[in-house]
Amino acid sequence: MRHLLSTRDLSRDQAIAILDVAEDMADVADREVKKLPTLRGKTVVNLFFEDSTRTRISFEAAAKRLSADVINFSAKGSSVSKGESLKDTAQTLAAIGADAVVIRHGSSGAPLVLANAGWIEAAIVNAGDGTHEHPTQALLDAFTIRRRLHGPASRGHGLDGVTVTIVGDILHSRVARSNVWLLTTLGASVTLVAPATLLPIGVDEWPVAVLFDLDEALARQADVVMMLRIQSERMHAAFFPNAREYSRQWGLDDGRLDRLGPDSIVMHPGPMNRGLEISAGAADSPQSTVLEQVANGVSVRMAVLYLLLSGERTLS
Amino acid sequence: MPARIVLQQADITRALTRISHEILESNRGPDNLVILGIPTRGVVLADRIGGLLREISGTLVPVGALDVTLYRDDLGRNPTRAPSPTQVPPGGIDGKTVVLVDDVLYSGRTIRAALDALGSIGRPSIVRLATLIDRGHRELPIRPDFVGKNLPSSQSERINVHLQEIDGDEYVSIEESGS
Amino acid sequence: MTETILVRGATLADGTRTDILVRAGVIAELGKAIFASADRLIDADGLIALPGLVDLHTHLREPGFEQSETVLTGSRAAAIGGFTAVHAMANTSPVADTAGVVEQVQALGVAAGYVTVRPIGAVTVGLEGRQLAEIGAMANSRARVRVFSDDGKCVSDALLMRRALEYVTTFGGVVAQHAQEPRLTEGAQMNEGTLSGELGLAGWPAVAEESIIARDVLLAQHVGARLHICHLSTAGSVDVVRWAKARGIAVTAEVTPHHLLLTEQLASGYDSRYKVNPPLRRDEDVHAVRAGLADGTIDIVATDHAPHPVEAKDCEWEAAAFGMVGLESALSVVQASVVDTGLLDWSDVARVFSRAPAAIGRLDGYDRGIAVGSPAEFTLYDASASRVFDTSRLRGKGLNSPYLETTLPGRVVATIHDGYATVLDGELVEADAVARFAAAAGAREAGVRNG
Repeated sequence: MRHLLSTRDLSRDQAIAILDVAEDMADVADREVKKLPTLRGKTVVNLFFEDSTRTRISFEAAAKRLSADVINFSAKGSSVSKGESLKDTAQTLAAIGADAVVIRHGSSGAPLVLANAGWIEAAIVNAGDGTHEHPTQALLDAFTIRRRLHGPASRGHGLDGVTVTIVGDILHSRVARSNVWLLTTLGASVTLVAPATLLPIGVDEWPVAVLFDLDEALARQADVVMMLRIQSERMHAAFFPNAREYSRQWGLDDGRLDRLGPDSIVMHPGPMNRGLEISAGAADSPQSTVLEQVANGVSVRMAVLYLLLSGERTLS
Repeated sequence: MPARIVLQQADITRALTRISHEILESNRGPDNLVILGIPTRGVVLADRIGGLLREISGTLVPVGALDVTLYRDDLGRNPTRAPSPTQVPPGGIDGKTVVLVDDVLYSGRTIRAALDALGSIGRPSIVRLATLIDRGHRELPIRPDFVGKNLPSSQSERINVHLQEIDGDEYVSIEESGS
Repeated sequence: MTETILVRGATLADGTRTDILVRAGVIAELGKAIFASADRLIDADGLIALPGLVDLHTHLREPGFEQSETVLTGSRAAAIGGFTAVHAMANTSPVADTAGVVEQVQALGVAAGYVTVRPIGAVTVGLEGRQLAEIGAMANSRARVRVFSDDGKCVSDALLMRRALEYVTTFGGVVAQHAQEPRLTEGAQMNEGTLSGELGLAGWPAVAEESIIARDVLLAQHVGARLHICHLSTAGSVDVVRWAKARGIAVTAEVTPHHLLLTEQLASGYDSRYKVNPPLRRDEDVHAVRAGLADGTIDIVATDHAPHPVEAKDCEWEAAAFGMVGLESALSVVQASVVDTGLLDWSDVARVFSRAPAAIGRLDGYDRGIAVGSPAEFTLYDASASRVFDTSRLRGKGLNSPYLETTLPGRVVATIHDGYATVLDGELVEADAVARFAAAAGAREAGVRNG
């Protein structure tokens, strides 16, 4: 693996291999010494064109646990906001000697451009690009589901037969896209639930089922219900009338939580709008994996950095 | 040059039995021992030694696995390898006599990585090293305590260890490497 | 200093083999084995003689964006592509919304001498869609503007569009509409469909183009005006125009070479060379616009040549500029997409790429094609050639061609403009030589007018 740009181009075997390495990384978190010398001397740059403290600190923790040097480059308030191009930034990072660039960018495809344009040889990790993909989020979600299902015996398993319902703003969600490709690659069946305004044109060609009605979807007793963050600016662009109506129709409230099966799990990529797409009761219930997702995020990102940075670098 | 068999299955069993006796001898019995195999084939050998120790001493000796991949210093020189699970026996390793088990001892770098890995899971009082084959060419000041067979080799030669549990057959052979 | 040129053994679009004698700027004689003395002899054995190509949609960028293109560099790109006339879009800086700017552009074209440069005037002041530009002043200027367009932006206000259609009629002009409903395309990046959903790029729905075309053909019918649709790109747009023509509405439509050949699939690598307005569409759309061109629903091919500096494309997709250069590759792409596929023959090409665009732009001299007495505007094209298209084929400043490193058929061997050669042996004639010929031709024509 040279870069991690999307889950779309991951094979089942590759995906399981990442999750298995993440299991090894998760073991490290239980040890007395939580640090590995593995990436000593490697430099990982967190290049964030959008604010995302959660994702950045997760990657930072992952890189540091592997003993890599970490440089945080927040493009906001830097030369980038004064018109410096992605190309100039990339060439600067190349000159600094970055071995991996973890990029969060508002433009879909920016990580792919960075990987292919020849500006920098480093391994590129997509930490969320526009409304395209957020592959490490999907990997940590898959990892979390697998651990809930198989516990310590997770290694080697896919998600065959697991039913996952993803609820919310599918149209603008990179988390939803990455999860659709990854979870289905791993054998899960995915159902998307959203108002028609928040579903992309052409969703009928995705390998998923689509429902408008959350209650109908919940009645099917999915193993996993994943709630997506809804951004309030969407209501101003007429995607839905207001927060109250959205919450009533597509929010996971306490009543809906009660109707979930006892073994169903509730996921949310964070940050949550409590009371909007998810009630406090649902977010804090034993079925919620929200904090596990955060912890697992570090293990999965360690696995990704390890797999990208440990082997021989073949120069293209 | 075709591969030359240097140990048959019976030789391997005999070597492991002897090693097991030597471990008990040097430890003055089975107490406080932990056997940790280094993946992949070291784990199989550790399991067998554990079984032999139990047969000989009548005591259950804890056996585990210690992955060293993430502690290697040659990760950038080889294709990416997937780590294997580390399994620390329930009693841990603090204050114990840990016997590391590997199939072939060569440069000593794997063992250096194993010592680092060991340090991050606990603090044993003594660490010893058992290896089925010692082929020489050490690059670090590391020496085995228990050796199945010393096998002087040239660096251009390759040692193949086949074990029933992994390979379906069992022998140790030496051959000129194909490169 | 004017040239006498004798072209030996060319094949006309209808298949006739002929010599062509050019003297004093006009085609003096056609026929087999013409006996005449000539300053220049061109062996056209195996070459097709096409009437000079006329582009109704070119961005020459001057004034204001000379780092992207100038009238001279764009004219050179046009000539190497077989063009003898181009219509320069109004979205310059300052915008071509006054007589001064259009006269300046025209004068720069005359000075360069490679092609006839006909400025297009803006419909609204500053292309801002609020107030009509000085259409009459531009029409009556020395540039004699007949095509008006806010291209790059849609005249989206229905009332303003109605007024523009009516007002332009006063001067025998035409409004060329860039059909793009602005609210439906806010932030749009590529064709809206399954692929845009997967790539996470904001979609540009076909309906945003089709709804404006439908509205405008009805407006044109209502006020009895001529309407031209720029760069039509969807199957639905072809249907709307076909319907309008069947009702007798005076609408003409153009398609670009890239919409005849390329599909949205190219966006999947986020390579911004494929980012263009309107966006590349689906395979079905490509086939529909080809069929529309073949059956006459679409009248012309126009390049929408849109040069950009390297940095405008050397970046992430959303930050990149819209547009592709097209003059140098246009004829080859038309050959690949509609000639080699059997949809059009060379006479059709002469119509859609020369006679029809000249008629829409009210450009004289192209109505009879290559005929005795017509101005000598033609190009000699080797349709049997095949080449890897690379930057060495580009003559404008823009390198943003979507065809780089692909194999395209055909090669322009010579271009004759106003009686003199601008391209010979597949290479541009030197700029100062062309400028000298142009000045001489200008003096001759002034003499004709005065005498």
